[in-house]
Amino acid sequence: MKNDGVKIIKTTTWSPGPGCHGGCGILVHVKDDKVIKVEGDPDHPWNQGRLCSRCLSMTQYMYHKDRLTKPLKRVGERGQGKFEPISWDEAFDLIEKKMKQIRQDHGPESMIFHQGTGRDIGGWISMLAYAYGSPNWMFGLSGISCYTPRLMMMSITQGDFAVVDAAQWHEKRYDDPEYEIPETVTIWGQNLPATCPDGFFGHWYVDLMKRGTRLMVIDPRCTWIASRAKLWLQLRPGTDAALALGFIHVMIKENLVNMTFIEKWTNAPFLVRTDTPEPILLRETDLAPSGKSTNFVAHDPVSNEFVIWDSDNQTYSRKDTTPSMDGEFTISLTDGTRIPVKTVWRMYKENVEEYTPQKVSRITWVPEDKIVQGARMYAKSSPSALHWGLPIDTIPSTIPTSQAVNHLWCLSGNLDNPGGNAIARYAYDVVTYPYHSGGSILSLPPEVAEKRIGINDYGPIKDFRAWAQPDKVLEQIFTKKPYEIKGMWIQTANPLACTGMEPQKWHKAIKQLDFTVCVDLFMTPTAMLCDVILPAATFLEKDSLKAWWVPLQAIKKVVEVDECKSDIEINLELSKRFMKDFPYDNTRDLFDSLLKSAGITYQQLCDNTWMIPPKGHSSRPYYRHEKGLLRADGKPGFRTPSGKIELFSSWLEKWQLAPMPYHEEPPYSPVSTPDLFKEYPLILTTGRRMGPFFHSEHRQIPWLRAQQKEPVLEIHPDTAQKYGITHGQKVCVENWLGKITVKALVTPVIHPDIVMAEHGWWFPEKEGAEPSLFGVWDVNVNQLIPMGHEGKGGLGSPIKSMLCKVYKAKG
Amino acid sequence: MSEYAMLIDYEYCSGCKTCEIACNQEYNREAGKLGGVEVQEFIHFLQSGRLYITNIPHFTKACVFCAGRVKKGLTPACVQHCMANVLVFDTLENLKDKIPENRKALLWTKG
Ligand code: SF4
Ligand code: SF4
Ligand code: SF4
Repeated sequence: MKNDGVKIIKTTTWSPGPGCHGGCGILVHVKDDKVIKVEGDPDHPWNQGRLCSRCLSMTQYMYHKDRLTKPLKRVGERGQGKFEPISWDEAFDLIEKKMKQIRQDHGPESMIFHQGTGRDIGGWISMLAYAYGSPNWMFGLSGISCYTPRLMMMSITQGDFAVVDAAQWHEKRYDDPEYEIPETVTIWGQNLPATCPDGFFGHWYVDLMKRGTRLMVIDPRCTWIASRAKLWLQLRPGTDAALALGFIHVMIKENLVNMTFIEKWTNAPFLVRTDTPEPILLRETDLAPSGKSTNFVAHDPVSNEFVIWDSDNQTYSRKDTTPSMDGEFTISLTDGTRIPVKTVWRMYKENVEEYTPQKVSRITWVPEDKIVQGARMYAKSSPSALHWGLPIDTIPSTIPTSQAVNHLWCLSGNLDNPGGNAIARYAYDVVTYPYHSGGSILSLPPEVAEKRIGINDYGPIKDFRAWAQPDKVLEQIFTKKPYEIKGMWIQTANPLACTGMEPQKWHKAIKQLDFTVCVDLFMTPTAMLCDVILPAATFLEKDSLKAWWVPLQAIKKVVEVDECKSDIEINLELSKRFMKDFPYDNTRDLFDSLLKSAGITYQQLCDNTWMIPPKGHSSRPYYRHEKGLLRADGKPGFRTPSGKIELFSSWLEKWQLAPMPYHEEPPYSPVSTPDLFKEYPLILTTGRRMGPFFHSEHRQIPWLRAQQKEPVLEIHPDTAQKYGITHGQKVCVENWLGKITVKALVTPVIHPDIVMAEHGWWFPEKEGAEPSLFGVWDVNVNQLIPMGHEGKGGLGSPIKSMLCKVYKAKG
Repeated sequence: MSEYAMLIDYEYCSGCKTCEIACNQEYNREAGKLGGVEVQEFIHFLQSGRLYITNIPHFTKACVFCAGRVKKGLTPACVQHCMANVLVFDTLENLKDKIPENRKALLWTKG
């Protein structure tokens, strides 16, 4: 404590408050139990003293006059905006009574637990859902189109997630002797300095540029970072798979792939049956009834015999084999039939054959020479790292798209190498945000888990992530089949303004439910519709922890604000009421148990504030596949069914999806719907990132809002002129689903045939009661984007590749 | 010559406007009032036809070069929090050695 009465507390961030995916180290200045200033912590390796606008505005956020500070109960009609304050006891009693009634009358699965974008809520909301007994924990974005598709694809391809290595695993960061500065970073679809990517600090790329990294940026817009790139590829939204396949085509043609890596670590030598309607991996069971279906087959060129890949032992049946990479053979099955087979590598090459620069240029609008240049720049650089963004998820064909992009680092061998794409695990394996129900705090009995919505429709929904499929949930609310949905618990989510596509439908859906609760920090268009509203604490008002991905860190309760309560405490209290033998008494117990794999208590974590796993730990790079640090059995290799990087995916095969990547047109585009395109001649892409705001948050924070007062639509000067639109004018953006009115931002950074809109807008200063709902309907671009267009695996949706027309607004 | 000045390595300024908010917080300034720094964006077409975006933090009349912080041995609030580390605050003498070699930079003096 300094003599001016100011205490300085060292802590770290995670939502809510800054909103962002967090990670920065901060120094909080507290006087008389009030936060008076937030500064960056110069000793924290993540941000090294820096801090962005949102954390610097925390005082305005925490002590905002409109902050929800007491539990509220609805007293008027839904949407009328009439609420009265109640005590926490009353709120908990009311929720307990209503939700238990629903559980008793309709079964626990009729309650949906609805969260918004990632951050810290996953662990706590799944805990509550499972304590209550519902399998329907959900993130409401159509097709779960935010990181989940990429995470899923990475998991099944190489058994783990991979992110750009910007030295985040080293305390000394770029100066660590083990680290190498990437020669090239490819930024695929993200405006990094203006965004808050998951587990990443956007300005690390500026640090890297200063240290010599060259950039390639793939983006329909020339953002600041694109303008600084050595190579900028302006692609048509939704054609990312074609571009990646074009890169792969060039890399293979020009021999720019890392054959040593591919031979050793991928399933390229495995044989594929081509006698079947769709090619499938040849398995040991095809050759011998006593074989195992998890074992695969390859060809030994020396003996000209077939060898078995034993997935359990991670060895070939002939120890000294170097299997054939490229070839076609004939093989006898158990019943004696002889069938043709090919190596995966042969199939893979055939698969990309059609993606010539010429064809890819036609699809993507990127000039041929730039496609070739891009492929060379990526593949010839060492190390070469690839950062990908949301556009990879926001297309129905997200599975083949993320697969194709993921393959780039597999084919070039830039995986878990310094300065490449490093495998990212929860630091010390501490799970603060579970993926599969297995990683969650509680688990559900199988007969309940089976009722999760979407589980029978989509393989990836069933096997990968424990979320209900949101498009199916919305549908089920209206059809009431196979069972009725009666209530919704909404926490860290604002589907009316942000995560909901066709928000008109979400509006109707939420209003028709029997009971809804919203946990938030401010009144929102969504909260307006709910029966009970609970005031949540910011990250400075709660104890928590984070391991996404590194460091493992403590979030410390620094002050209290009125009656606001942490999401964790709210959910813990209700979990106790819903579950008889709920195993945790308080949040400390819970945190201590989560920290077991780190071998520390929560108190010890708080004493350290943050901790980076030591060298040699399986949650720290490098080259863990060589060292046997990735697999549970300690053998070299990857955590996939075969132990290899699966270029031909056995998981996709199992889900009856194409096992190798391909391009698919977005559902609405000049190519797939030429007639519609005549009427709506511009490609509408959305999600333009705004530095001061995180998604739908922060519009009420004065310093931040002063930086941008209202939503804009980026439109090219030529296009604007064509439609008689001038800079700053109000324009209508319209298609067959809806219309919004926003301000034109006439700028050459956008392609003439594309317009870029912003998401998440509403006006906290406007009338909250219906029909206004804070003006959300005037500006929410999601009204132009459909629900129910999820991709084949239940993932992906056309959020960034719609069609529209633009014209001057009247008056 | 121990006059302080601000060296702006603006080629790396991303235009994130964090510096503006850092200054607002430091001086607890009402939103909308003139802050110590304002970032301006320039979009140019280079001779090659390529788009090029430049952001320049402009220090206004309201900037006091964080005299109070500097007296305490701290760097100015905007300098500490600049996301791209493009603001360098030092004496004119020391700054001479910090001028980047291969790109343009700006020197802002206190006046
Ligand atoms: S990136 Fe910005 S909002 Fe996110 S934790 Fe860091 S300072 Fe806070
Ligand atoms: S030096 Fe201080 S007063 Fe000047 S702009 Fe920066 S923060 Fe504001
Ligand atoms: S904080 Fe730094 S990088 Fe961001 S706008 Fe200001 S000077 Fe530029």
